[in-house]
Amino acid sequence: MTTAPAISAPPGSVAIRSEQLCRHYRMGETLIRAVDGVSLEVHAGEFVALLGSSGSGKSSMLNLIAGLDRPTSGTVVVQDRDLAKLSREELAKYRLHVVGMVFQSFNLIPSMTLAENVELPLRFAEVERSRRDSLVHEALDRVGLRARKDHRPSELSGGEQQRAALARALINRPRLLLADEPTGNLDSHTGTEIMDLVREFNQQLGMTVVMVTHERALAERYARRMIFLADGKLVDQSLNGPASAQSGTPGGQP
Amino acid sequence: MKLPDLTELALRNLRESVLRNSLTTIGISVGVASLVAMLSLGTGLQQLFSRRLAKSGLFDTVLVSSRRELRGMGREEERSGPTPGESRVLDEPARQEIEHLPNVLEAYPDIRFITELRYEDKPHLTMISALPSSAKSNDAFDTMQGSFFSSDTAPEVILQKSFAEELLGRTPPLGAPEPNVAELAKPLLGKELTMLYNQRAAAPSPTPPLHTNEATSADSSIVGAAYSVISREQKLRIVGISDLDVESMRGPMRAKVFLPLRLAQGLHVMQPADLREISHAASDQPVYSSISLRVKNPTQVQAVEDAVKKMGFTAFSILDASRSVQQVFRVLYAFLGIFGSLALAVASIGIVNTLVMAILERRREIGIMKAIGASDGDVKLLFFAEAGAMGILGGIVGVVLGWAIGQIINFGTNLWLKSQSLPQEHFWAVPWWLVFFAIGFAFLVSLISGLYPAGRAARLDPVQALRYE
Repeated sequence: MTTAPAISAPPGSVAIRSEQLCRHYRMGETLIRAVDGVSLEVHAGEFVALLGSSGSGKSSMLNLIAGLDRPTSGTVVVQDRDLAKLSREELAKYRLHVVGMVFQSFNLIPSMTLAENVELPLRFAEVERSRRDSLVHEALDRVGLRARKDHRPSELSGGEQQRAALARALINRPRLLLADEPTGNLDSHTGTEIMDLVREFNQQLGMTVVMVTHERALAERYARRMIFLADGKLVDQSLNGPASAQSGTPGGQP
Repeated sequence: MKLPDLTELALRNLRESVLRNSLTTIGISVGVASLVAMLSLGTGLQQLFSRRLAKSGLFDTVLVSSRRELRGMGREEERSGPTPGESRVLDEPARQEIEHLPNVLEAYPDIRFITELRYEDKPHLTMISALPSSAKSNDAFDTMQGSFFSSDTAPEVILQKSFAEELLGRTPPLGAPEPNVAELAKPLLGKELTMLYNQRAAAPSPTPPLHTNEATSADSSIVGAAYSVISREQKLRIVGISDLDVESMRGPMRAKVFLPLRLAQGLHVMQPADLREISHAASDQPVYSSISLRVKNPTQVQAVEDAVKKMGFTAFSILDASRSVQQVFRVLYAFLGIFGSLALAVASIGIVNTLVMAILERRREIGIMKAIGASDGDVKLLFFAEAGAMGILGGIVGVVLGWAIGQIINFGTNLWLKSQSLPQEHFWAVPWWLVFFAIGFAFLVSLISGLYPAGRAARLDPVQALRYE
């Protein structure tokens, strides 16, 4: 249902819509409102940065969009799927086919080689073995890591690990790339490399990108739109001119 | 996830913490080994016992008689089935039919009669019984002097030692020590006896029976009967002296003199039952008072007995005795099985422990897998596969280990038996079903042990798991 190339999303259509989205949880006696009534729209092919200080709820928001977490109330609809209404099984399928994720700490499986890490989603998707090798090579080529495919993550630099994670996020051709502080553990030069790749995915593959970061400069440089969160609430939005012109995608009006 | 991927990932995960998983697997192996050792001891003992029972010829024999025979004998109450009056005649066709029943090795008529034997011109009246050639393997003849019949029709005879004493005129006083068979055999083996007997012949033209030395044929036919009775003589060579106590024997063995079966059949010796059968004997086909049939295995006695009863005959065996022996073995088996399973139960706790540890250790990994699209089912199956792989590996190693333990104990015991100059015995057997059962059981136990950890891993919240360092 979702293995089709991501480019097909019509420009301007809504990829993500949340309405009064809340995620509350209890920690002892206190009620934590990690996400507290956020309503937003992200258009297909858009590059959006979620900004805020730590504890502002930006990561929680990303987890809700990723289908890793369920809202306490409100709705989040991604590619016409109301995530709150999906079963655990359907949510897993959604994560497998619709979403690609990268994390601050890369989250590669240390016991596996790069190629095996990249191949893992294909195993869950039950892609035939004969097709897997070429898909893995293709993905590693795109991030420039084919030569290191048989290395384990511990043998690679942070930048290389994050590139491998990007290749893994890409492998099932998802429409959505969710990045949680993707440059947080990288030096600025390597961070730029990674962000260039993310922009490439956004522009060449037409993937909708939602990136969580606390670095405003990074967001300004790469994202079309910036959404500011504080205490679980959406507090501000702003558009970045040049990025939007490059991406050629309309919409994203606050 | 597909099975090959599942297996591959499971084995890879097992290799990752090779020491811990090896120890767990060894635990399973020891459990399986103890189970295999216990059950193969049970099986071996049962086989040993069955071999012994089969050799004794008691438990694999069913005695078949016509229901007519039972009339008024009060030996056994008639249950269901035809009334004695309309039941079948136990004749040659019936014998052949019985012989062709499944699991029946042979069915032979019981020929037993009292007649006169002459040795050195002295008459001796005694009970004579005919034995089939299969009786050779009966343990009753393990200790005999001389040899068994050279053929089923040879004019040869085997004597019980008490009859041998009688022939030699050495009747020992009561309470005297058992005579030495070898000593008794020396003057008798190879000597000739003459048997005087009454032949039953069909009325119109009596055909001379096989191997019969035609002698005084003073025709003393019973007027009006369907057959006539002729007195005859048969020379017999003594080939063996058996060391048996007549009183301890049953069935066809309960006689003092034995003849080969086919020879005895050919003689058409007049038997007590013949008189009773006069009215039914329409032809000169022999009618038997009873038939002994041997079953392949004592466990099949019941089935064969039922089949014979269905044919309209009465069947009798010492099944009750063998049944209680089987009961004893069933209890022994269950006991050994439970005892052997204990170690496996302990090992299964090891599996639970190992997998729960693995969940803690791989919490983050589980989170990652879920984040990139693994379903609860995928995670669950992965842990199941790991448990199952440990179970199968442990099962295989355990079976080999159990087999080796058995061999060593068997070897050691036989060394001891040898040093005590006792016959060696094989009392340890690992049958094929036990091999597959043990591996399958280990697999099953592992899967059951994996239930809880797998469920726990599957339910893990990915957000929490990813936060875990």
